[in-house]
Amino acid sequence: MIDILGIPVQVLLGQLMLGLINGAFYATLSLGLAVIFGLLNIINFAHGALYTAGAFVAWMLLNYLGINYWGALLLVPIVVGLLGMLLEWLLLRRTYRMDHLYGLLLTFGLALVIEGAFRQMYGVSGLPYSIPQALSGGINLGFMYLPFYRAWVIVASLLVCLGVWLLIERTRLGANLRAATENPAMVKAFGINVPVLIRLTYGLGVALAAFAGVLAAPIYQVNPLMGSNLIVVVFAVVVIGGMGSIMGAIVAGFGLGIVEGLTKVFYPEASNFIIFVIMAIVLLLKPAGLFGRPLQVQNSMAAEALRQPVALSPALRWFGGGLLILLALLGPLFLYPTF
Amino acid sequence: MTSTPIEVSDLHAWYGESHVLQGVSFNAHSGEVITILGRNGAGKTTTLRSIMGMLPQRQGSIRIHGQESIALADYRIARLGIGYCPEERAIFRSLSVRENLMLPPRVGASALSVEDILALFPNLQERWTSGGGNLSGGEQQMLAIGRILRTGASLILLDEPTEGLAPVIVQQIGAAIRALKERGLTIILVEQNFRFAMTVADRHYVMENGQVVDQLTNTEARQHTERLRQVLGRIRGNRQ
Repeated sequence: MIDILGIPVQVLLGQLMLGLINGAFYATLSLGLAVIFGLLNIINFAHGALYTAGAFVAWMLLNYLGINYWGALLLVPIVVGLLGMLLEWLLLRRTYRMDHLYGLLLTFGLALVIEGAFRQMYGVSGLPYSIPQALSGGINLGFMYLPFYRAWVIVASLLVCLGVWLLIERTRLGANLRAATENPAMVKAFGINVPVLIRLTYGLGVALAAFAGVLAAPIYQVNPLMGSNLIVVVFAVVVIGGMGSIMGAIVAGFGLGIVEGLTKVFYPEASNFIIFVIMAIVLLLKPAGLFGRPLQVQNSMAAEALRQPVALSPALRWFGGGLLILLALLGPLFLYPTF
Repeated sequence: MTSTPIEVSDLHAWYGESHVLQGVSFNAHSGEVITILGRNGAGKTTTLRSIMGMLPQRQGSIRIHGQESIALADYRIARLGIGYCPEERAIFRSLSVRENLMLPPRVGASALSVEDILALFPNLQERWTSGGGNLSGGEQQMLAIGRILRTGASLILLDEPTEGLAPVIVQQIGAAIRALKERGLTIILVEQNFRFAMTVADRHYVMENGQVVDQLTNTEARQHTERLRQVLGRIRGNRQ
């Protein structure tokens, strides 16, 4: 048996593998967050909940409609992405001209509602979702055992990340998107329908989260809390990579997964917070993140000029307030208290 | 196509509480180059931005090729056949020169081909694959004009295209504007440099405090340079 720095190579490679798996999820999720933040200037707190939704929709497709894993991998991002576009159209777009806090509060509220709904329907113990037949088992490489499904997760998310990078950096649609990120008013003045571009972008970000949710279902089980466990780390990854940076999200995602895995080998006590230590150091040395451009800051300053105070008409204010109080009073009679 | 590609009447616009355009009216006939002259803060740029729907609050009438556009969604206005080139040029730094040029969709039939544009502005050929952020001011201006020529817009709005550029580049931009006029494009030019304006324009509108206060043909402008210098000359006095 070979040792590296006194650590058996099997242990090292095993943790590297686990790190890469986590990194695959970090990268896919932070990529979606970065795409959304770049164009919408909104920190999508609902991202973790939409990842959870991806896993649940995959489970529902299997158990209610008999659609298997491969069908889910294709269908779930579309279904959840469309749901995201609906949310953007109904709710999110109303916050673009308001202070950032409103977008943040709204998506945070959405996350609570989505997670609460799954918790209400399926409980917190988790639902099993089995590895597809074709990817069960694994191969002994001599120096380590490689489960096929885990290898697939890494390859699939790498391919999807690269695909999204190509879409944004190399296509006409991507050029429109980058231009709209930089100067939305000017892109509109060229006759490009920016509101639809924003909706598609949010849909793309959400679809990425849902895709990660399907990939995760066979590994972590389908659990209402799976998103909120992951999302805190993903936010740290986004900050390290640079807010709104596409390449930053991918590189930081996989890189930090590996760093976390290796920390488990060399200094296990630190593995839970190493990413946050790195985040603190990056923020001190390079506040825009490793790949961040000061451009994003400029863009949000331009958006600042457009921000309007929220003004509901008095009638709507009373109606909305009354409705919420009514719901709060009647809710406990119908909903089993989950908290 | 109507003989009046743009007809603005009694246009009002606001930035928040401040009433910046107070009943602006002007028009341009097909194939004409008109300028809007005036000192800083007179409302020239705001007039162009209002035409493009970039101000939240507007009133009055803006007819583009005969069609009322005041109530249109902002992204639909350019599709009536307008190309807008803002004062800050708005070259996208995260896009290459090629991507910048190809970004705006077609909005009209009178499009120049990429070859024509590169013939008009040979400098762009050399910077074809470099990033939009690496261009000099003159190159940015050429790209900003070239970009809207590719869209086929028959009505072009140019906001201070010569601002801050070296004389040799100003000459090149002037030649380009005259070449476009020969192709039958209608051009609205906002300028502070009225000596430059007189080399390219047919008519001039003079703005002050959000209103059009004077209108003269280029021949009249040449005869009354003193009168214009008085209105516009104050700029320099104020600045120094």
